Amino acid sequence: MEDKDKKIESLHLKLIPYFEKYGILLLLVLMILVMHILQPDVFLSWRNVTNVFKQISWQSMLALGVFMVIVTAGIDLSVGSIMMLSLMILAVVAKAGAPWFIVVITPLIAGFLCGLFNGLGITLLRMPHPFIMTLGTLYIFRGAGNLISGGTPISGFTDEVRYLGHGRIDLQWLGLEKSQYLPVSLVLIAIVYIIFWIFLNKSKTGKWIYAIGGNPNAARASGINVNKILIIVYSLCGFLSGIGALILAGRTDSGYPNAGLQSELDAIAACIIGGASFFGGRGTVLGVFAGVMIMGILRNGLNLMDVSSFWQQVLIGSIIVLAVYIDVLRRDIGTRK
Amino acid sequence: MSSTSNPLLEAKGITKYFGTITALENVNLKVHAGECLGVVGDNGAGKSTLMKVLSGLYKPSAGSLFFQGKEEILESPRDSQNLGLEMVYQDLALAGNLPIGENIFLGREPTKNLGFLKLLDFNKIKELTNAHLDKLKINVKSADQKVEELSGGQRQAVAIARSTAFNAKVVIMDEPTAALAIKEVGKVLDLINSLKKTGVGVIVISHRMDDIFTVCDRVMALFQGTNFAEASLSNTSRDEVIGWIMGKK
Repeated sequence: MEDKDKKIESLHLKLIPYFEKYGILLLLVLMILVMHILQPDVFLSWRNVTNVFKQISWQSMLALGVFMVIVTAGIDLSVGSIMMLSLMILAVVAKAGAPWFIVVITPLIAGFLCGLFNGLGITLLRMPHPFIMTLGTLYIFRGAGNLISGGTPISGFTDEVRYLGHGRIDLQWLGLEKSQYLPVSLVLIAIVYIIFWIFLNKSKTGKWIYAIGGNPNAARASGINVNKILIIVYSLCGFLSGIGALILAGRTDSGYPNAGLQSELDAIAACIIGGASFFGGRGTVLGVFAGVMIMGILRNGLNLMDVSSFWQQVLIGSIIVLAVYIDVLRRDIGTRK
Repeated sequence: MSSTSNPLLEAKGITKYFGTITALENVNLKVHAGECLGVVGDNGAGKSTLMKVLSGLYKPSAGSLFFQGKEEILESPRDSQNLGLEMVYQDLALAGNLPIGENIFLGREPTKNLGFLKLLDFNKIKELTNAHLDKLKINVKSADQKVEELSGGQRQAVAIARSTAFNAKVVIMDEPTAALAIKEVGKVLDLINSLKKTGVGVIVISHRMDDIFTVCDRVMALFQGTNFAEASLSNTSRDEVIGWIMGKK
């Protein structure tokens, strides 16, 4: 009898790491099931599923960037503004008649440089917390975006520029119908997430990013150049925001002053829902993806059911609190005090 | 062992200012292979500052370091590690969110090439970790266990294992038993004794006379940032060493 109890207990202990890793996926699957039961005809239709992916495409880039920053126990409040500034630079360059391959690369460079600016500010100016530096650049970058565009929307890009955000991969050769295409942005999400999964889990730099979040003094004492790694992390976060700008340019065919407004909060929310810890060192790329999906599906499902967007806000907020509370409970069981 | 041979590590005239505060003034220190030097002193006597100078974390305002007779300038902890000079910090300097093996190899991870990519070799990390922990007779459930799941003594053992994983010649330990349960203290002291036997020079900073008198061969006292007294263990007593800490000779 006692033996049996012990076995069950040790089984529970063994399951904890799996729950830690994949628990959030359970929540995602559960949500998909519930939505499917509530909207059996529409929710899992080809059109709606591709819609969800198109809607989360640029947010997923911001969330991934913010996630890396959160792993170092930092924060980046400026990703929405970086995206907007990169988008405006793209629009201005496109309107000036630059060839498409120049137009496509400008938001990536602009985003990278904005992130580099954040990273240098945090490390060289020795800001007491990244919150302050990136709160400052939240205003600076958006202001700069409005300055170069005159605060008005700039519309009309070529098909090449719009390809990543708007392109379709035809699947008729698989015997599917013309409406059953694959959005290019979905393929892009998959590629970018896989690359960053490998980077964070299999490379030295990735391991050091987690180590810095776990204990920056340990990282320093191990001879890791913490400032250099932080600059890399913020630059990559900016670069990903630049990719977000390129996707958004394709989706909306326009650069507009309110692009990405408050999207930094969505990005942070997706990371937190996905299990990243604000104290750093914890969280997975898969979790962030699940976090982005959960927010996307919630919005999409509630729209399908004609629920007011005010309820969406209430629900997303509740999920953040609930997800973190589950995390608190889990850690009570999982670690020594 | 013999103080006549050349010291492995020697610090001469180390001085360190923080702004207008003088943390260390003209401090000398040396340690030989297979020898354990105890460093004692009251809070604020400069022990930790001295250790941070030796590990390359602080640059001294004046003075020089000699390693195996050759003068060395340490720009960062990486430099001291490359010489074989390792530090076990009082706050242990472990990342709790990472497994034991990844902590031991943090910053010096073995990698394998996959095409043009250089990826971490997790199998090798695990293999080397298990072999190293076995050599030091450190028992843990698995090298994959996260450090935050370990007891204080196990963490200290991992920190010591970390410091000796790369052919360390000198290991500096800051209060190695301060945070430990009584039954774990003995294990850590045994570990220090077995390090000495392999020819490693050990510097132990400690408040605990028991530690000093169990593992050290020589003891030196710092007082207000200066060398105050020094003796081999056989020529002194606990009471005398305690007096040095208070500034009495």
